[in-house]
Amino acid sequence: MSEPRVLIVTGLGLNCEAETEAAFAMAGALPEKVHLLDLLDGTAPRKLADYPLLAFIGGFSFGDHLGAGSVFANKIRWRLYDDLLAFIERGGLALGVCNGFQTMVRLGVLPGLDGEYRTPRATLAPNERPGYRDAWVTLGFDPASPCLWTRGIDTLELPSRHGEGKFLTEPEVAERLTRDRLVVARYMGPDGAPTQEWPHNPNGSPGAVAGICDPSGRLFGLMPHPDAYLYPFHHPQWMRRKLSGSLPGEGGGLRIFRNGVRAAKDAR
Amino acid sequence: MVHRLEIANRPRLADPRGAAVVATVRGFLGLSIDRVRTRDVYRIDADLTDAEALRVLHEFVDPVAQHGALSRLEDGPFDVAVTVALKPGVTDPVGKSARVCVEDTLGRTLPAGAAVYTSTLYLLDGVSAAAAERIAVACLANPLIQTIRVEPYAAWRASRVDLTVPKVLPHATPAVERIDLSGSDDALDAVSSTRLLALSLAEMKAIRDHFARRGTPPTDVELECLAQTWSEHCKHKIFGATVTHREPGRPPERIRSLFSTYIRGATEAIGAPWLVSVFHDNAGVVAFDDRDHLVYKVETHNSPSALDPYGGAITGIVGVNRDPFGTGRGAELLANVWGYCFGPPAFDGTLPHGLLHPRRIRDGVHQGVIDGGNQSGIPYGRGWELFDARFLGKPLVFCGTVGRLPVTIAGTPGWEKPVTPGDRIVMVGGRIGADGIHGATFSSAALDESAPIQAVQIGDPITQKRMFDFLLEARDLGLYASITDNGAGGLSSSVGEMAKASGGARIDLSRAPLKYAGLAPWEIFLSEAQERMTLAVPERNVAAFLALAGRREVEATVLGTFTDSGRLEVAYGDESVASLDMTFLHEGNPDLDLVATWEPRRYDEPAGPPPADLAATLLAMLARLNLASNETKARHYDHEVKGLTVVKPWVGVGADVPAEATVFLARHGARRGYVLSEGVNPFYSDIDTYAMAQSVVDEAVRKQLSAGARLDRIALLDNFCWPDPVRSAATPDGEHKMAQLVRACRGLFDLTRAYAAPLVSGKDSMKNDSTMGGVKISVPPTLLVSALGQIDDVLGAVTLDPKREGDVVYLLGTTADETGGSEYFRLRGELDGLRPAMGEPAPYVGNAVPRVDPAVTLPLYRALEKAIRAGLVRSACTPARGGLAIALARCAMAGEVGLDLDLDAAPDLAALPPDVALYAESNGRFVVTVAPDDAAAFESLLEGSACRRLGCVTGDRWLRATLGGSRRIELPVAALKAAYKETLAHV
Repeated sequence: MSEPRVLIVTGLGLNCEAETEAAFAMAGALPEKVHLLDLLDGTAPRKLADYPLLAFIGGFSFGDHLGAGSVFANKIRWRLYDDLLAFIERGGLALGVCNGFQTMVRLGVLPGLDGEYRTPRATLAPNERPGYRDAWVTLGFDPASPCLWTRGIDTLELPSRHGEGKFLTEPEVAERLTRDRLVVARYMGPDGAPTQEWPHNPNGSPGAVAGICDPSGRLFGLMPHPDAYLYPFHHPQWMRRKLSGSLPGEGGGLRIFRNGVRAAKDAR
Repeated sequence: MVHRLEIANRPRLADPRGAAVVATVRGFLGLSIDRVRTRDVYRIDADLTDAEALRVLHEFVDPVAQHGALSRLEDGPFDVAVTVALKPGVTDPVGKSARVCVEDTLGRTLPAGAAVYTSTLYLLDGVSAAAAERIAVACLANPLIQTIRVEPYAAWRASRVDLTVPKVLPHATPAVERIDLSGSDDALDAVSSTRLLALSLAEMKAIRDHFARRGTPPTDVELECLAQTWSEHCKHKIFGATVTHREPGRPPERIRSLFSTYIRGATEAIGAPWLVSVFHDNAGVVAFDDRDHLVYKVETHNSPSALDPYGGAITGIVGVNRDPFGTGRGAELLANVWGYCFGPPAFDGTLPHGLLHPRRIRDGVHQGVIDGGNQSGIPYGRGWELFDARFLGKPLVFCGTVGRLPVTIAGTPGWEKPVTPGDRIVMVGGRIGADGIHGATFSSAALDESAPIQAVQIGDPITQKRMFDFLLEARDLGLYASITDNGAGGLSSSVGEMAKASGGARIDLSRAPLKYAGLAPWEIFLSEAQERMTLAVPERNVAAFLALAGRREVEATVLGTFTDSGRLEVAYGDESVASLDMTFLHEGNPDLDLVATWEPRRYDEPAGPPPADLAATLLAMLARLNLASNETKARHYDHEVKGLTVVKPWVGVGADVPAEATVFLARHGARRGYVLSEGVNPFYSDIDTYAMAQSVVDEAVRKQLSAGARLDRIALLDNFCWPDPVRSAATPDGEHKMAQLVRACRGLFDLTRAYAAPLVSGKDSMKNDSTMGGVKISVPPTLLVSALGQIDDVLGAVTLDPKREGDVVYLLGTTADETGGSEYFRLRGELDGLRPAMGEPAPYVGNAVPRVDPAVTLPLYRALEKAIRAGLVRSACTPARGGLAIALARCAMAGEVGLDLDLDAAPDLAALPPDVALYAESNGRFVVTVAPDDAAAFESLLEGSACRRLGCVTGDRWLRATLGGSRRIELPVAALKAAYKETLAHV
């Protein structure tokens, strides 16, 4: 079966395009980096809605000014929303990492309850301990979640690299997310249970929420970076693992991309 | 009219920014305060209708977390309101993004001159207005670039809503002056000082005579252009000077140019075949693999960081990013490095008037480089801090960037950058304002109260990132022939430099895009407004280049044409405002003649008996500023964006001990890597800068080796930060400082040649003195040596943490009675209750400074390189500051293992007094661990070098060391970590 195309939206301060491109290529897809402005003015070779896979990547779109993802999301809202909704209606799969997750939440694409993808119902607020921080965390995944990107993943260590990752929403929305198993990933403590404790929970997210998906399971947003754990030697303890012969063949983060690509192939 | 938006977090939600202010006010100022709420204020100067303003407000507010209002947001009383806004003309990146958001929301472009101005409103509870004033100046704002408005609640309620905006109003109609130089010497000096030209009398005379021959006096454009081209910052006159050097017991020597004799001299003597381009471009270029060369440059941004720590530092990092990007036809940026020298953050003495507190400088500098690096999407590879009271006057802020330059770009070698007559001069990126005018001449002068406000710039990483993204596209399409950055001196420097290649240039300043009207031509020519590159674009490509720029919403403007006229011709519209002979511009400055006289000093040494408890001493050492963990700050810098980091800056089981060196890939899918390390030790300079220079080279090279780098591919950068070494009334000891520079250069020359590790780039900053408040503080002579190494397979990399219980611990190299300039001696001074006088080195300095004998170290290094390549070494650590005991502690902490060691196994250690053996900082040493089964093979490889088996790695997490027949150290790893982490954990 031919490799599904992945649209990687770039530019305007985003900066994880190289590792995201490598990730999807390693996962057997055909990544295409396209500048957002080329999508907006139609000079891009394809329309957003023509791709089976879409990646909103990490970085600092517009420097996180006015709130992470806001200015970038605003461009999409006023100039690309119909395309984006068409993409969702056609069953496209979207992954938002860090700044990409913030953008999807700001747009209202996530959590996207009841097919409503236009109204923001949540936010990713500044960390309780202010400031950007780069440190690895352990994520626990909900096996019963409908998320197509995390099938078969139980726990995963990934670097958390953000200043605005505290997931906030109205109580009733939070309840819906829990009930419908849309909270895909949580920050885990050393005891293997979800935690509020820093640094294991880097931002103080209530319920240790690290990532959510929409009810279809096709749209997935995550704060920590799966694109930063593609190779075994990305892991902070790779040398010890090499010594004990337990160095995996590839980085754990890659599994998320493989899941997405497989789901896109199955959907055809 | 102006619309004002106020936006705050919803009351039920936390306000982390406010909480942070409360913490600083209590912890730093020691004032009591109940609560701080913050609001973002946007003043939109764009004649919106009220309906439009409401739509914008709706768009700006995060509906879940925030609420907002037009004009004022009423949510409950407070004691004092503090409004912090930017002064007119100060870069406002948030305002820039806000404008984009307004335009997208309204679906129309705002007229030229329209703008969004941001400010922050702090609502303080539990403080008086007077206290609020103090808090505002000490924590919330820098009066140099920001305005502060303090209003008690009642007054705030009564006052009218502030709808003013800090718009720059044209202050003058652009005009060109001709400067009369016919006057007396005093008159010439007066011209130089009043115009902040920083030109010497001899230079002023050379200029006078040149224009006398021309028959017309120079215009201000010509004079300012010469001043900046001839500035120390750009011309490196001291390194080019002819020096008469005197040392006790040696005949005087004449040295023609320290740079060509010792720096370039060493590199030429080494003649490494893998050097691609060194010394003449914006950064050094070395061969890496068949696809990419590596490019590396380290800069300093000291004076601006002293005035505006945040702005100065962010400008430093985004500024140095432009060096690799302006090298060859443009290198993609891979990794940043940073290193700072500060006054002690807890300094509680009386600070000379006009100096910022070192803790404030530290916080601001970190935040600036954190934002600059993170927002540019560049990970950091190395980060270090040093503290000494002699950095109270001027901090040293080192920032560097590694880039990858394709071997071939659009069919020709990527490092080539030909400029052909007829090529268009194109400026790309930000607009020009008054910011940063005289930055070059300013950084070439000592810091005093008259420092110009324009010298402060604030970098805007997002504007620059967007420019770089666009330029990489244009580069690969082969749309331009040459590129360089606009840094010090702005256009006058970038165009002046590029014009060398073609033989001249003609430029019209009236075409340059300005932030606001009213700039005089010389200001446009010299402005150091950030985020700008200058390119040579062949005429046939101009249309395509400008079209792509337009699609990327990056501003690009054709300013003129490169020529072969032999002149730099500058017009403003129809008026010719400068016509400079290229030869005079670049070679017309008179040579400098300097005298250097070395006066070695004897320093006090500890007289009393050594501390009885050397274990307690180890904990005290670990807690010292210059050895303690700075992880709290360092974790705010991204170190793995791009996905190419292999050995991260923090390693070990807890990822909480700094790596000796970091390892990166240059591309995805590759296995070949590059290695970053450095050496810096200003403390040795007080005793002998020759030994200092050798020690920092040795430290940088040792760290490379310990990580598994090849010994035959190590490139070095030199960054000199010196106190003014030119004798004058202000600097009576200039001759000694100059001699310190000569000896440092000799140390570099001798050891880089011995190690065959060429210098490929460097920078000097020669006026690191401060005379604020009538007190002179000079930095100690500081040389940073940054190493860029290569490793064939990153999976062969080694870190300092022992990895297996039972592994054998070896000490390689010998320890001598070398405690001069050591951290241990400074501890002894503190234990004896000694405090340095302002501007003096901290006692005890001592005299026996560590030296390097390459005849001994090199064979050891070669052997160790073999052993690591053979996979025999499981961990490697390099004892340096703090000596062997600190190295052992770092190993135990990183591996979270115990070490059971008998140091008497090393005769050289057994022969020394125990405290000296533990804390002497002798060079050329390693602590390594080896699997028991590999011990024999390892030892035979090290045959002939000092290689002592000290003991083994244990599982009980206790560091135990016997010396002189008795157990000197017996400490649990937990105690080591507690001491190591506490000092800087909360600052």
